[in-house]
Amino acid sequence: MKRRWDALHTWLDHRTGIHTAVRQFLYESIPASSGWHQVFGSVAVFLFLTQAFTGALLAFNYAPTPGEAYNSLRYILTELTGGRLIRGLHHWGASMMIVIVVLHMVQVFLYGGYKKPREATWMVGVVLLLLTLAYGLTGYLLPWDNRAYWGTVVATQIAGQAPVLGPYIQRLLGGGGAVGVVTFARFYGLHVLLLPPATLLLIAVHVYLVRKHGVAPAPGDEVLPPQQFYPRQVFKDTVAIFIVFAILFAMAVAVHVPLEQLADPTDTSYIPRPEWYFLFLFQTLKLFNGPLEIVGSVVLPGLAILALILVPFVDRSRMVKVTRRTAAFAFVALAAIGWTSLTLAAVKSTPKEAGQAVVDFSAPTDWMQLSPEEMAGVAYFREENCISCHAIGGHGGSVGPDLTNISIHKDAAWMIQHFKRPSALRPGTSMPPIQLSDTQLNSLAAYLLKLNPDNATALDNAPEFATQGALVYQANHCGSCHMVNGIGMKLGPPLNGLSKRQTRSWVEDHFADPQKLSPGSFMPPYKLAPKDMQNLVDYLFALP
Amino acid sequence: MGDVQIERQAPPQGSTRRHFYVAAIYGMWAAISAALGIPAFVYLFFPPKLRKQEQFVEVGDISKLAVNSPVEMTYRRNRVDGWKVTSEKSTAWVVKRPDNSVVAFGPQCTHLGCAYHWDESRSDFLCPCHNSIFAIDGKVVSGPAPRPLDRYETKIDGSKLLLGALQQPAGRTS
Repeated sequence: MKRRWDALHTWLDHRTGIHTAVRQFLYESIPASSGWHQVFGSVAVFLFLTQAFTGALLAFNYAPTPGEAYNSLRYILTELTGGRLIRGLHHWGASMMIVIVVLHMVQVFLYGGYKKPREATWMVGVVLLLLTLAYGLTGYLLPWDNRAYWGTVVATQIAGQAPVLGPYIQRLLGGGGAVGVVTFARFYGLHVLLLPPATLLLIAVHVYLVRKHGVAPAPGDEVLPPQQFYPRQVFKDTVAIFIVFAILFAMAVAVHVPLEQLADPTDTSYIPRPEWYFLFLFQTLKLFNGPLEIVGSVVLPGLAILALILVPFVDRSRMVKVTRRTAAFAFVALAAIGWTSLTLAAVKSTPKEAGQAVVDFSAPTDWMQLSPEEMAGVAYFREENCISCHAIGGHGGSVGPDLTNISIHKDAAWMIQHFKRPSALRPGTSMPPIQLSDTQLNSLAAYLLKLNPDNATALDNAPEFATQGALVYQANHCGSCHMVNGIGMKLGPPLNGLSKRQTRSWVEDHFADPQKLSPGSFMPPYKLAPKDMQNLVDYLFALP
Repeated sequence: MGDVQIERQAPPQGSTRRHFYVAAIYGMWAAISAALGIPAFVYLFFPPKLRKQEQFVEVGDISKLAVNSPVEMTYRRNRVDGWKVTSEKSTAWVVKRPDNSVVAFGPQCTHLGCAYHWDESRSDFLCPCHNSIFAIDGKVVSGPAPRPLDRYETKIDGSKLLLGALQQPAGRTS
């Protein structure tokens, strides 16, 4: 058996040389000082390949046009098994990639690995860093939700400020300032068609250069015998890759990546935020006003990139031990402090969106189809803690029957009677009577009758602001004049899509004094407690 | 630099440390491949969660249908295609039988999907593409069709006909 196997290997090697190539790759000698500090390059390559893999998987179920993009991503997140995990891996993988690439650069910088004859390796590395950032920038738009849209509006406008080239860059990105279908197509094209082969090519050049010059040695390596890349250094690289992957996987599982509402170019109240690794640039921009803005947006970042590229030519001293490179350490520490303080300042200055509830569209939103009455029923269901005995969609207690399919067996009249005196219809039941008014019991029954196996979990998970908002809606009899989801009266305007027509502050002012904002309106003024007002407006604004 | 010396002294094949390295490398890569491969498989091969189940769609009034005289009825139904729900025109050949029950056939020939029609003169369904002929109960009379006509699930509400999912008859003739 073993002889046959060896014969096959020899045959294959004669035809393709693959065996020899792998051998040469693995048994390359590396300096005696090589070790844990040199694992980052391998981790970066691994992360790039993981991104390519998860990216391709996403592309299998993704339609790259605005609108369709959003719907197909929702489909991936809510309908496909494992879709949320794959998207999580791709999303957090991007952040992880930035972290690792920067750590790789910091290591090389601290050890002086860029010195003669490795200047070209370093410069290719800087270009790879820029490519990594370009992935982040272009990928940010692809979910086509509000966050993506407004973040990209800011980015393209910054690009448009570049001296001389600005207008051309803007045209290349598809549009004079406005982000639309053309911008989307260009970003997608860059993200999946242009950047990946460019990255592959540059990684190949980068690795070739590392091989050509050998791994950078430390002073003292001349007198020590070199070691082989395989298996010791490969082991260390693999351990690092494994740890990074484990963290990435845990984040993809545990840290929820939200999907906001579909991009709305008319939503002027949206406060755009870039991804965390661009926040420092965003903050730098704020330090310069008026005609000086260009300094923060283009000049400083441009100079920083130029400085990075020129590092090997600025520092041309001999290789010294890493522990003696105080200047390099000081420089890295300074950069780290600067980056951290800028980022922190940006995070701190992020307004909490005035406590507004943000609807998470990466989960099913069946609750939006409920009438306010049914929605209020969800609130009563929670207040009365029905879930401790009854299950909905497989979640909840098992003392009483599962309510998911209750609409098949019972009607509203039976339920309401049962709520009032459980033992009358079900002798011997341990269910206590529910102390709610008739209107409230009607609501509860209406909600339960809406349940079916398809929507049970989604309805059970309706956000708190919506159920509380519906309570306020019901308590103030809004439905006597207004319509939501086709239920209610038409004396006042229907309230679906309110967020498209009015701003929050308009709606809040309108409650206080309807005559002022819509003269001739016969809507009475409402004095709502701040919390009630917020829930009600959040609820109404979430209605499609 | 102690490690280096140990490694130099030990012959590369017999070293337990080397064995450990190699085993650990294979083990960790196997774990990573599984953690990526299994979700990828599930993601690609598991069917989407069917949240919008095929519901019965109203097709039209059948009170005026004559017995054993098939009529092609046109209606609109929502088709769920991935992330898209499209409203599309659809047809069914509806036959009222002597016992007043109603059968609705899918509008495509079971051979290659051509649209067939009712041939009044011969009282058969005729597919013009390859001359498949079906009897009024959907059974294959002649031609290349491999199985009887597909049928819709039907429901009758008063005089209205409602259609559900298209189903292949259980017994195949091929």
